[in-house]
Amino acid sequence: MTYLTWIVVIGTSLLGCVAGVLGSFAVLRRRALVGDVLSHAALPGLCLAFLVLGGRHFLGMLAGAFLTGLAGVALVTLMCRWTRTKEDAALGIVLSTFFGAGIMLSSYIQNMPEGGAKAGLETYIYGQAAGMIREDIYLLAGVSAVILFSLVLFYKEFKVLSFDPAFAQAQGWPTLALDIAMMGSLTLVTVAGLPSVGVVLMAAMLIIPGAAARFWTDRLERMLVLSGVLGAVSGAIGSLISAGAVKGWLGFDPFGLENEANLPTGPVIVLCSTAVFLFSVLVAPRRGLLARAWNGFRLKARTADENLLRTLFECTEQHLPTVAAVSLDELLARRAWSRVGLAWVVRRAGGRGLVRRTPDGVQLTEPGLAEARRLTRAHRLWEWFLIHGASIAPDHVDRDADSIEHLLGPEILEELEARFAASASPDAGGAVPGSPHQIDKRSKDK
Amino acid sequence: MPAPPVEIHDMTVAYHRKPVLWDVDLILPERKLIAVVGPNGAGKSTLIKAALGLVPLASGKVEIYGEPYAKQRHLVGYVPQRESVDWDFPVTVLDVVLMGTYGRLGWFRRPGNRERQQARECLAQVAMEPLAGRQIRQLSGGQQQRVFLARALAQDAQIYFMDEPFAGVDAATEQAIVGVLQQLRERGKTVIVVHHDLQTVRQYFDHVVLLNMRLVDAGPTDTTFTHENLQKTFGGRLTILDEAAEAVRRGKPS
Repeated sequence: MTYLTWIVVIGTSLLGCVAGVLGSFAVLRRRALVGDVLSHAALPGLCLAFLVLGGRHFLGMLAGAFLTGLAGVALVTLMCRWTRTKEDAALGIVLSTFFGAGIMLSSYIQNMPEGGAKAGLETYIYGQAAGMIREDIYLLAGVSAVILFSLVLFYKEFKVLSFDPAFAQAQGWPTLALDIAMMGSLTLVTVAGLPSVGVVLMAAMLIIPGAAARFWTDRLERMLVLSGVLGAVSGAIGSLISAGAVKGWLGFDPFGLENEANLPTGPVIVLCSTAVFLFSVLVAPRRGLLARAWNGFRLKARTADENLLRTLFECTEQHLPTVAAVSLDELLARRAWSRVGLAWVVRRAGGRGLVRRTPDGVQLTEPGLAEARRLTRAHRLWEWFLIHGASIAPDHVDRDADSIEHLLGPEILEELEARFAASASPDAGGAVPGSPHQIDKRSKDK
Repeated sequence: MPAPPVEIHDMTVAYHRKPVLWDVDLILPERKLIAVVGPNGAGKSTLIKAALGLVPLASGKVEIYGEPYAKQRHLVGYVPQRESVDWDFPVTVLDVVLMGTYGRLGWFRRPGNRERQQARECLAQVAMEPLAGRQIRQLSGGQQQRVFLARALAQDAQIYFMDEPFAGVDAATEQAIVGVLQQLRERGKTVIVVHHDLQTVRQYFDHVVLLNMRLVDAGPTDTTFTHENLQKTFGGRLTILDEAAEAVRRGKPS
């Protein structure tokens, strides 16, 4: 890798890191679109600064972008407060108006007779990280250091402000000043990122890492750190791909580009963070789609196991203490389950030593009988409560009990036991109470 | 005579120019459990928020022990409505309760072991200590309310403002909250509670503030919480005030 590529990689990862951390707060406060307004509203500021200063003066253009960006956000706030425009509409209006003005100004500059073409303002729209120089890195490093240091310093204040602004204000924190500081930092990062990532996609660098990090943790500190890391990694990988470095590693060009540095950096970085986001959505523990599907499947499997044991118990209940085997056909007639499904459940229960297969069908083992007795008792207690405590008709309770009983926790069961014991029911005591309704064949159909 | 815990002079509050509270004059006694009662839209929450400086006053002033709120913040604890925050926020129960200590800590200082210990004690008072490490989304509504109460206890205040702490909670939580309120009173605190359940006012509260856009009456529950006063508070005789407020909002006569 060349020295220039290193510059670009360091710059974009710094930017990704600080944007990710700051953006997390925006995501948590449901202000994700504010970053979008900031970056789009910065474009006319860049152009105006170019016109006023008569050339491409870096700090001057940043200042211009900073001013119009903040003006855009302030305008949204004012529109919401003083006219009856709703926030989403106000965001949309301000964003596109400022962006339109910016595009108009930049084409005016492009068409100016002298020096206009050198402005290269179009790179601010999609970003061109390849143009970064050492001074840009210093600027980015300075901005990142100041912002990250302030976040560490004021972490507790920003935490309470983000979670509960009214409480923070009642406690005496200057919430308006903190809000402005947060918005100012957001603007600073956005403006610093414009040359490399561009107006259109800067918002994504703010939002996506935070949204992805939220999937992995339930702690704010960890979310901020992770979001910074994800942002930095996306920035680095994105700029490497954009700079054509991947070709050097792989020995061939996966994107089929003739010359290097042909992909605009902003879009590539954003697609990289989107890949990270999709990965998080899919595989994150607990919150991810796969984890949730797996939990759903486990609940279904457990429900099936419990239904099998209870059905076996109900079939053999009157012959106790002899535990008779129940034929598969009998079981099939009792509940709405398929032959394949039933065979699978029986195999699962057999594997756990709860039932055994006999020539006549399926038979509860000793531990299986104990477990089945416990389950049936819970089921009937719940039914008993529904009938006597919640006034639900006896011919409806079985279905209602079925849908909830598999989720009853030990505390609720204890409470039910206590109420049942206190009632005058003849079954109160240790045994499994009789079913409060007729157990018919196929009565369990949905 | 020492200054009363809360003294409100001629308070008028308006949202978007529409007045929601008119000329409220109120002095609240010390060491009492005080219910703020009134129909929907009567300005109960607004009264509390205005006292805490969260909404601007159109006129009037609020004094806490004889001084403006800004000076006396450290004496005041606040329990906002449960719905006012995002319960999916990535913090634990203990984190939320620790926020109660932030006011005392001041700028930059982080909560340390002492604050943690104190937060755990506050959680224990509302029977939530075993759940200290839970993410707040995993709590039931009643448990969330108890976390908010514990956070206010961690503020270690003299006066507590609570906005509908009994709204939508289970019986166990209601008992836990009532227990905490009584302990607070025994320790000499004053507690002002926006309350919506008329059935329990007499049972839980010593003092009552009846509110319907203006102050209807305030005083000890025994003498103030009367049928006649409730008629005045909840009866439909306020159409004129309502219409006047609407006219002010529109900026032209109705």
